[in-house]
Amino acid sequence: MTRKVVVAMSGGVDSSVAAALLKEQGYDVYGITMRLANWQETEGRKFGGCCGSSEFYDARSVAQSLGIPHYSYDYVDKFRGSVIGYFKDSYLHGETPNPCIACNQHVKFDALLNQALALGADYLATGHYARIERRTEGKGLSTETQSSVLSPESYVLKRAVDSSKDQSYVLYHLGQKELPHLLFPLGGYTKVEIREMARKFGLKTADKPDSQEICFVPNQDYKQFIEEEVPVEQRRPGPIRHKDGRVLGEHRGLPFYTVGQREGLGLAVGHPLYVARIETATNTLVVGDKKDVFADTMTVREVVWGAGKPPSFPLSASVKIRYKHAEAKATLQSVDVDHVSVVFEESQSAVTPGQAAVFYDEEVVLGGGVIDRVS
Amino acid sequence: MKKYIYLDHNATTRPRPEVVEAMLPHLKGHYGNASSIYQMGQEERKAIDLARQQMAKLLHVHHPDEIVFTGGGSESINWAIKGAALANRDKGRHIVTTNIEHSAVLKTCKYLESLGWHVSTVAADWHGRVSAAHIREAITRETVLVSVMHANNEIGTIEPINEIGKVCREKGVLFHVDALQTVGKIPVSVEDLHADLVSIGAHKFYGPKGVGALYIRPGTRIHPLMHGGSHERNRRAGTENVAAIVGMGLAAELAMTDMKADEKHVRHLRDKLEKAILHKIECVRMNGDPEHRMFNTSNLSIEAVEGEGLIIGMDMQGICVSSGSACSSGATEPSHVLKAIGVPIELAKGSLRLSLGRENTEEEIDRVIEVLPLAVERLRGLSPLWSDYKKGLRKSVITGKNT
Repeated sequence: MTRKVVVAMSGGVDSSVAAALLKEQGYDVYGITMRLANWQETEGRKFGGCCGSSEFYDARSVAQSLGIPHYSYDYVDKFRGSVIGYFKDSYLHGETPNPCIACNQHVKFDALLNQALALGADYLATGHYARIERRTEGKGLSTETQSSVLSPESYVLKRAVDSSKDQSYVLYHLGQKELPHLLFPLGGYTKVEIREMARKFGLKTADKPDSQEICFVPNQDYKQFIEEEVPVEQRRPGPIRHKDGRVLGEHRGLPFYTVGQREGLGLAVGHPLYVARIETATNTLVVGDKKDVFADTMTVREVVWGAGKPPSFPLSASVKIRYKHAEAKATLQSVDVDHVSVVFEESQSAVTPGQAAVFYDEEVVLGGGVIDRVS
Repeated sequence: MKKYIYLDHNATTRPRPEVVEAMLPHLKGHYGNASSIYQMGQEERKAIDLARQQMAKLLHVHHPDEIVFTGGGSESINWAIKGAALANRDKGRHIVTTNIEHSAVLKTCKYLESLGWHVSTVAADWHGRVSAAHIREAITRETVLVSVMHANNEIGTIEPINEIGKVCREKGVLFHVDALQTVGKIPVSVEDLHADLVSIGAHKFYGPKGVGALYIRPGTRIHPLMHGGSHERNRRAGTENVAAIVGMGLAAELAMTDMKADEKHVRHLRDKLEKAILHKIECVRMNGDPEHRMFNTSNLSIEAVEGEGLIIGMDMQGICVSSGSACSSGATEPSHVLKAIGVPIELAKGSLRLSLGRENTEEEIDRVIEVLPLAVERLRGLSPLWSDYKKGLRKSVITGKNT
């Protein structure tokens, strides 16, 4: 029986090629573009990528050229609460959010995935660069052959083949509940190969530039977004204090800064200063020299494990603390059921509360969580 | 073997094969301008005149010239309301309509409001029926036009047009009837409606899209909407779309012939489908007037189901239906008709409109009866409210009871 797959189509080249590949592979493909904002309100203001109305038209145009049905579906409220709301809250708590992860976690691979299955689809697919592998449990994490009658199947999330485009970092939360129903057709290809395929398939989005920015911040002006969305009482100016205690100046409101930031501090002391810590309790921005921005240890909260259960501790793993971060070796210890402490072999720069920490064993994503405290 | 099971006939219908055949010559060799003096034009003129007679017969109109061809039902409606309002603006600037009208009526009225007209909207009851008494109450000395639809496109409720028409006569105000959903399906006589203006759309009764008509009672003061050439006796400019007009005419003639048999066939299928759904799926409510309702329409509110998801899910199974909401631009907006009859917003979003047609078969209906409950159950799995209801923690909004 032909398997049905819903492809989340953003109008970009990746999801377009994903849909084309799956159709070529013989699936019954249905494209869905998520409505994440009221399009009438957004006309005129330029939004980056993903799911505004021009994206809908691009996706529809691709669907037409592939000969697949295309729908849009309303996730406006869900997105506003789980992504935009989370984004603002994170800043208000002195953290730096990653809204794309929130969208994946609560909208794409939760609401949309459940919707796709409820509509009768067998899978949800996206254009993410990552891989899913089905394994039968044997000793360690070996594949295939070692199977006893009783060994269960499990799924692992792996990095993409193209490490420069690998998006496994933003997918760390996927586990046994989601992975059996997901397809990532692009994970085995490089971006160059994907663009080539797009041209071969005759997709009009073949040369569309990749969207890098936050999709719901108009004109990529996140400062204006904060000004408009966060009431002044919640982002009052306050002192900028050096780690050694001296007050050096005034900050414009904590949400405008992130750990490791150098630009825009408005301080002239003869050498560069960096944001070391954001202290909401005292409304203080703590700055220091470059070395002050390095840290050895962090605790991670809301930890989830792809396998569905924690590993044995202590655990050696490679840890990624930012999307564009070359991961670093560390030792993980369990603090409690959803907190983990991470000690890096080498100090890391700008370990930022609110960002995701993702744990890898070679190619495999073991799990991850949210960076909580840094020391 | 048909690709889809089509249950959205109130949205549009398939042009009948005979209709398409009749249209083709006028798209090929017979392309003359019907207004021209030469024979090639005269031939087209003849075809249009025949179509006009066919339309006149369908509506029991005295003289075919009382039928003017337009570019579709929405144009007819726009013309009737704007044209009558403008022509009678010295007599008054008040219009009376209802809160369940099609957006073509409501948006046109809103537009006139922005130009200085006043519009009173009479409320329908919870079956979607408007009373002639309420219309009478709304009419003032300034009223120049009343506009009421013959049957509602979403819930199928048939309005007491005859009574309302009498009131308008009595009060000396013009009466426009949006008859898009009834012409070609049930007997419509302009005398019986006491209507001065009647809007018609071909694609609702197995004719082509992009053509319609407006019946204008002699003596009705109305400005043209389309100015330009002298077509349609100076009432509606624009070179006639002969192919479409011919198609509409034949569709009208066929409708007259098949009306009784089609109603019997479709009513049977609609009743079977609706009965089965109400039996197999719990917490479903029918919207509309059980006594005064179009024989092909079944509008159902299904608790704890997202209408948009249901349409997509059904489409993925090859079944075409529509819902009580529109979603073109962002967050789903529930239908104003369901809102008007008091359906709570969440139920309105979970509404399903099934509108059958002459080509639906017993097998198709059986398949829908099989597929729909499963689709509903899967979507209900997404609803925390439904899960609470099944656990006995919550009462149904529709039945008021626990499971």
